[in-house]
Amino acid sequence: MKTGLKNLSQLKIGQSAIIDSFTDKDMALKLLEMGCTPGEVVKLDCVAPLGDPIAIFVSGYLLSLRKAEASTVLVSVIANNSK
Amino acid sequence: MDANQSFVNLSEKSYIKVALVGNPNCGKSTLFNALTGLHQKTGNFPGVTVDKKVGFAKLNNNVTAEFIDLPGTYSLYPKSIDEQVAFEVLCNPDNVNHPDVTIVVADASNLKRNLFLVSQIIDLRIPVILALNMMDLVEKEGIVIDAVRLSEKLGVKVIAISARKKEGVEQLKNLLSEPLPIPQYDFIDVKKIAPELVENVRKIIKLNSDFAAFQTISNFSEIHYFDNHPDKKGKLTALFNSASIDRNSLQTEESVERYKVINRIAIECVTSRSAIKTDTFTHKLDSILTHRFWGYAIFLIILFFIFQTIFFVAAYPMEWIESLFTHLSAWATISLPPGELTNLFINGILAGLSGVVVFVPQIALLFAFIGILEDTGYMARVSFIMDKLMRRFGLNGRSVIPLISGVACAVPAIMSTRTISSWKERIISIMITPLMSCSARLPVYTLLISLVVPSAKNSGFFNYQGLILMGLYLIGFIAAISAAWVMKWILKAREKSYFIMELPVYRTPQWRTVGLTIYDKVKVFLWDAGKIIVAISVILWYLSTHAPSERFQTIEKKYNTPELSMKYNSEERQAKIAAEKLEASYAGILGKSIEPAIAPLGFDWKIGIALVTSFAAREVFVGTMATIYSAGGKDNTQSIRDKMQAEVDEKTGLPKFTMAVGFSLLIFYAFAMQCMSTLAVVYRETKNWKWPVIQFAYMSVLAYVSSFIVYHLLK
Repeated sequence: MKTGLKNLSQLKIGQSAIIDSFTDKDMALKLLEMGCTPGEVVKLDCVAPLGDPIAIFVSGYLLSLRKAEASTVLVSVIANNSK
Repeated sequence: MDANQSFVNLSEKSYIKVALVGNPNCGKSTLFNALTGLHQKTGNFPGVTVDKKVGFAKLNNNVTAEFIDLPGTYSLYPKSIDEQVAFEVLCNPDNVNHPDVTIVVADASNLKRNLFLVSQIIDLRIPVILALNMMDLVEKEGIVIDAVRLSEKLGVKVIAISARKKEGVEQLKNLLSEPLPIPQYDFIDVKKIAPELVENVRKIIKLNSDFAAFQTISNFSEIHYFDNHPDKKGKLTALFNSASIDRNSLQTEESVERYKVINRIAIECVTSRSAIKTDTFTHKLDSILTHRFWGYAIFLIILFFIFQTIFFVAAYPMEWIESLFTHLSAWATISLPPGELTNLFINGILAGLSGVVVFVPQIALLFAFIGILEDTGYMARVSFIMDKLMRRFGLNGRSVIPLISGVACAVPAIMSTRTISSWKERIISIMITPLMSCSARLPVYTLLISLVVPSAKNSGFFNYQGLILMGLYLIGFIAAISAAWVMKWILKAREKSYFIMELPVYRTPQWRTVGLTIYDKVKVFLWDAGKIIVAISVILWYLSTHAPSERFQTIEKKYNTPELSMKYNSEERQAKIAAEKLEASYAGILGKSIEPAIAPLGFDWKIGIALVTSFAAREVFVGTMATIYSAGGKDNTQSIRDKMQAEVDEKTGLPKFTMAVGFSLLIFYAFAMQCMSTLAVVYRETKNWKWPVIQFAYMSVLAYVSSFIVYHLLK
């Protein structure tokens, strides 16, 4: 794991990040198909009332996924973009 | 574009097949409706239960175009049944539905993800028209898509449309009568990923492209269309086994390569003002609708509103339908010549028909609401806020939709579980959905509640009858999630459960789409459930009006003896004869033979007959009661309720339908699996008789035990 990388599930609401890589093969294929490709910018849009699942903004649309699924995506946080 | 570009000229044919393909939520169905109007029909793809929607339109050169609306899919990887259908139709040139041309509908507001599917289809070398939908939305968001450039890059015709506003639809139709280029562009070179494999496949079968070969072999274990070509199948199987194919990594590599190309194209053809755009309206609405308090509060209010409407608003048209049938049978009794046929028509066919038609208002209303909630994008949010709760019970956020639909009818509800990708969550959803009180139970509930619960109001809006009715729906729901929780521990998971799902932007619902949904569901209900119910009704009429050997004559003779004809007046005598005849009939014999088993629940042989016939479909209960009691009396127009109320227990001389019997029956109907159509659909969806059998068994046990307890507590 490269330094400075976080899990997608660790983002704060409104925070943006760039997808780096995936840690789970099966999940990677599903996420790729949905447009989550390495290099793509994602933003945490909202979290479901019970803390799970989460909704991210990616390649022009809202995608919901569970925290466990999001934690297989490594991202690098874009600085100065906490709003 | 290539100099030696080849074209397909469709205007030479008089009849062309056009497939509509696209991601879920891309507006494909809206376009389908706009293209075909009401000239459409719904069927099934052979061997599977996936709905096949076909529509027709005349093109301006007098060619008839047949449009096939393929299931929505994000890619050509055949993972779910829906995707398998789309895969087979497009990848197998011998498929009966294989199109002459494919219209790929892409949501222009997230072009890159949509281009993924487009790129796969282009690589198959199928003539393609790319319809960029929702271009009006895109422009509002400050994004410009250069459609001309995109068309040059992809080597296919590209047209901007707005299916909702019907913009560009005619132009799209006109394109179909022009020569269409066969795509030459290779998005990716699959020979770099698996060179030998692709070459070997192309030696065995004739295919248009390397990618088609790659798709065939990497998904070989999911493909069924070689079953008729044993020689090819044998060779491919040998190749597949010797190559030890890791489908997952092949497809991952393919996806990554594809997106590299797509990103390059997107940079050239799309310009936007900001790096990340957010639909602010959707964002604001989401902050309320997925709020930790308001999210659930609003969902509950919406549910409450839906159920109130279904029960109170639908009551009026249902009353009209009921009185229409009452009048009809009164008219038939007077005008038709008396005899066996008239009897069959009134007490068999009419009684059965009225039991079916009367549900139409409720089913239509419920599917209107579900249609609106789906079409606006709200249903996806419900799944989103319910996922964590549902997961505790072994379900999935998407199980909410079958559970809600189950209130109308378990048949479409069970079909809607197809969107749940995890096998275990899907099976549990299928198994518990019939515990939700469907509209077929409602007439049973209504009849029984009005028999045993006083109609007095306690405070203005609510009355006791309404409260009991709501209680029954709640009990059904509690039983459903409890059953789910138990199955969560029993069933073993086959694969990881997923909740990767698009949350579409909020939109105003389209009445046309909602209207077509209602029309479809009502039609399926009237036809599928209707034919079973009417058939049972006719069989029941026969069973209750015929008896073995000379039994009826014996009864008649008995009442013709001087002492009995002196004892009763003519009317009393007729009623006694009718009652004894029913008891002596085949139906009576059937009811009596199961009486010992159901006596502990407080049921007699008449209820026994209704239970037996209800195992075909629950609503038959009311029809059966109607038949039994009109066969027992002679006044057909008197309502069933009054007849049941007048029923007296032969032993005690008190009313038969006491509180204890009534509630015991209510609980029995809430839990028992009494619907042949549902069992049939469970088999079709699971492809294994094990599941309907288990479902039938566990629900019957639950119903029997619960009724037993209720009866003995209230007695």
